[in-house]
Amino acid sequence: MTTARIAVVGAGMAAARLAQQLRLHTEALDITLYGQEPHAPYNRALLAGVLTGRYAPDTLTLPAGGATVRTGTEVVALDPAARTLRTATGETAAYDTLVLATGAAPVLPPVPGLFAPGGRELRPGAHVLRTLADCAGIVRDAQAAGRATVIGGGVLGIAAAQALATLGCAVRLVHREPHLLERHLDAQAATIVRRTLEAAGVDVRTGADTTGVPDDGPLLLACGVRPRTRLARAAGLAVRTGIVVDDTLAASAPGVYAIGDCAEHRGTVHGRAEPAWEQADILAARLSGARPRYHGSPDRLRLTAGALEIAAFGASASPGPDTDTLRLSDATRGIHKSLILRDARLVGAALIGDLAAVGEIAEAVGHGQPLLPDPVHLLTGHPPPAFSAEGAPA
Amino acid sequence: MTTPPSGATDTHCPYCSLQCGMRLRPTSGEPAPVEVEERPDFPVNRGALCGKGRSAPAILAAHARLTAPLVRDAHTGQLREASWPEALDRAADGLAAAARRYGSDAVGVFGGGGLTNEKAYLLGKFARVALRTAAIDYNGRFCMSSAAAAQRAAFGLDRGLPFPLEDIPRAGCVVLVGSNLADTMPPAVRYLRELQEAGGKLIVVDPRRTRTAALADLHLQPAPGTDLALALGLLHLVVAEGLVDEEFVAARTTGYEAARAAAMAHWPERVEHLTGVPVALMRRAVGLFCGTPDRTGMVLTARGGEQHSKGVDTVGAWINLCLATGRAGRPAAGYGCLTGQGNGQGGREHGQKADQLPGYRSITDPAARAHVAAVWGVDPDELPGPGRSAYELLDTLGTPDGASALLLMGSNPVVSAPHAQHVTERLRALDCLVVCDVVLSETAELADVVLPSAQWAEEDGTMTNLEGRVILRRAALAPPPGVRTDLEILHGLAERLGVPEGFPAEPQEVFEELRAASAGGQADYSGITYERIAAEDGVFWPCPASGPGEPEHPGTRRLFLDRFATPDGRARFADVSHRPAAEEPDADYPLRLTTGRVLAQYQSGAQTRRTPALAEAAPGPFVELHPRLAARLGVTDGDGLTVVSRRGRVTAPARLTAAIRADTVFMPFHWPGEGRANTLTNPALDPVSRMPEFKVCAVRVEKAS
Repeated sequence: MTTARIAVVGAGMAAARLAQQLRLHTEALDITLYGQEPHAPYNRALLAGVLTGRYAPDTLTLPAGGATVRTGTEVVALDPAARTLRTATGETAAYDTLVLATGAAPVLPPVPGLFAPGGRELRPGAHVLRTLADCAGIVRDAQAAGRATVIGGGVLGIAAAQALATLGCAVRLVHREPHLLERHLDAQAATIVRRTLEAAGVDVRTGADTTGVPDDGPLLLACGVRPRTRLARAAGLAVRTGIVVDDTLAASAPGVYAIGDCAEHRGTVHGRAEPAWEQADILAARLSGARPRYHGSPDRLRLTAGALEIAAFGASASPGPDTDTLRLSDATRGIHKSLILRDARLVGAALIGDLAAVGEIAEAVGHGQPLLPDPVHLLTGHPPPAFSAEGAPA
Repeated sequence: MTTPPSGATDTHCPYCSLQCGMRLRPTSGEPAPVEVEERPDFPVNRGALCGKGRSAPAILAAHARLTAPLVRDAHTGQLREASWPEALDRAADGLAAAARRYGSDAVGVFGGGGLTNEKAYLLGKFARVALRTAAIDYNGRFCMSSAAAAQRAAFGLDRGLPFPLEDIPRAGCVVLVGSNLADTMPPAVRYLRELQEAGGKLIVVDPRRTRTAALADLHLQPAPGTDLALALGLLHLVVAEGLVDEEFVAARTTGYEAARAAAMAHWPERVEHLTGVPVALMRRAVGLFCGTPDRTGMVLTARGGEQHSKGVDTVGAWINLCLATGRAGRPAAGYGCLTGQGNGQGGREHGQKADQLPGYRSITDPAARAHVAAVWGVDPDELPGPGRSAYELLDTLGTPDGASALLLMGSNPVVSAPHAQHVTERLRALDCLVVCDVVLSETAELADVVLPSAQWAEEDGTMTNLEGRVILRRAALAPPPGVRTDLEILHGLAERLGVPEGFPAEPQEVFEELRAASAGGQADYSGITYERIAAEDGVFWPCPASGPGEPEHPGTRRLFLDRFATPDGRARFADVSHRPAAEEPDADYPLRLTTGRVLAQYQSGAQTRRTPALAEAAPGPFVELHPRLAARLGVTDGDGLTVVSRRGRVTAPARLTAAIRADTVFMPFHWPGEGRANTLTNPALDPVSRMPEFKVCAVRVEKAS
């Protein structure tokens, strides 16, 4: 029997995880990753740490199970019927199984003057933060100007703003919505985040549109990402927001799968590393003969940015009807904790500044069982009074 | 050492791997024939003893033990007393009949980590030479095999601790992973106290806030089965915070880049998600561990980290943390394993393990086979090859593929093996089960022949403690009539199997042969003598014999200070990645069960359950659970709980404590019957060490009806 050829379009986090996991299941595979970037797979989730110098770029390399990694190799066309792909250099490669892990590209907001005249390229001084290559340009421009503007008060924008402030730059963070992290936090929680950022020297402007590219320093666009689906669409695969996959992570053509930021499963595109890796693990097992299925990943937020620590689970931003919210907020110390309960069940939670109970709260949101006795103890960190004597063995 | 007063005998405790020194003094006979006194000059415990050690003589009393062989009566089906000749004939006939009928590999041998070096050595030789079977393994496979495999991979050598315990107070920071030594080896707590008194920090990694965790400066409480992720996450932080000892890594290690890449795949927030340990606490742990001057610091693992289907990788990840930070191969620094059983160390060195020959030699290495065969006076080609690991040996008993007769010495797998009901059924399926034990253990109750053995206070021999220190056990009194030593039993069986030579009953004679067999191996005992052990309070291996006119080798208290025991002298980073437990919680079995020990009991409890003071202190099993989980289940303290896994169900009273995670329940495993924790445990094996996954399986908990 010949060795199965698995071609993976993309050499990012999902692709690396898939290759590493496939290798754990079986040695006898011919796995090739096609990546546009000049680097072997690396941990994109840590790019804000590259801005601060916490991580040297070459330390971010991820294991890829010894797979062949074709760096700097763009795949430009797929032929699912013939089971071949074609690269930008005109090379055609045959495969038995194709995995699309093409990732996502930054969304570019309609800011006047964002593009260089006559082109699709961002004008000098305007940046996105998606690749290692992006990091060097941002740091160079920010340090030269001593200041920077970040657009987007989501996870990436906050992390980048905090990182640039750490470098000593005057940072302005501009966000369209009325409060930061509005997908995960309510207004009160977001206020704590805002104050912590302000204490780190970030000038936060919420409810603000960006009218143009500032001329006093670089602009970093952190306005979310959208799945890269052009190849899949051109090959005739079903694509909505992302490449549509079923619970087996199969796309709409035989032998073709999609995982990670480019994939849309049951109407959801995750755009985070952890669901991408859960998908990679399941696909690796399936391609190795096991039959696990992907049932989706819970939505959660986990952000560390300097002194700022945030975790949010479930319905943390919009509790919905029939819920009670328990809050413990200490603006002076930058601590906020909230539990959202429906019928005594924990359906959401947010923790800022004090994450001591993060493990237990994550578990409680997951298990969906009634929380008893008094759930306030999840917030205070103390065991219920009736049992506190049992806490420490004699 | 000092000479004991007249009439008294200086020896060691029968229980755990500390092998505390103790002095035994004969009594008038009540309640036991000897009493325990302190032996303050022995360095490991400096006189301190725990309740288990102090009460050990209780089992020496005639009423507490077996004093005559038992055989299963052909007519009644019950065990009845028999003479030694009848019992030995019956045992030898049973073993020989299986070999005749199905071939020599149809006879199995199962040993124990509590046996002296002499017994472990002779049992291995008995299997290979008298029975000519490959089917030998022992319960040490359930003990430290994962740490042993990881140490061999990293350092080229496996000795539990590469340093003596006396180095701990100078370590600056000690990370204890899955060790509750305050309960399991209480006299060792003194070293942790001295560490803290000297300003050092103690970090304990345990899903439960145990008595040991309560002593810690920092307690990390990961979900069972996630220690590997935690270790990788800590290494990630070491890299991120620029704390890698680049010079050490370059000069003394290989494989760093792959280990770093694996750590990059375990960034702190992901590890928090996998383990439940907040990032801030991981950061504090790294700060403490890397904050010591002179790059001292130790990581010590025990069963909590090791008894997993990924135990070898887990230990490898902790070793990586030591290597990356330069905390290995230098004074008061390094990785060590806190071995569990009394002779867990020596027991794995001298040939009762399926893949090993004496001196920690590999049974597949032609040179090793030739050396040992020469000592044994047999043709190397006659030596069997490697056999199955402990659980696989037990799992196949009584099947066409497995042994149909078994000689079992110093172990009680009916209580201590995973998936214990299945193991019990396999033992029942044997044509012939021969058990050597001091009491009628639950396993002995199933036997066709039970041979009552002498106990620790009644025999000479050597043990090797967790430090690699070879110590001397001394007989304080003669065994009662009707009892024989294990060496005498092996001698008697070998004789009946037609091998009258080569199985001496005299321990020192066996030790002399062991010295020769171990010479040139990794665990080289050839320079060790009973006299030197007595004079030097133990001798650390390796201790090769010196040539004529050369000074005596001093033994090796500290390993790896100049080089590691790999061919190139460099330690090897492990290329490891976190993976889930073999059985993760799901809708039907939503909780994790972890198992362990209590202060007043030891292993399967065969001895300690029969000791009145201990049985009173810890009378039975229980299910530990968090009040929040209890409230969800509608359970209060003391209620009967039924715990169900895919392998069986057990019942025991609830014990509520906030010291455990709310997603996990804990059961001690010392008891048989309806509260037997190992009825539930998962026999999923580590692919390298073949260690079963005692420390985590999925269960559901119900209020008992």
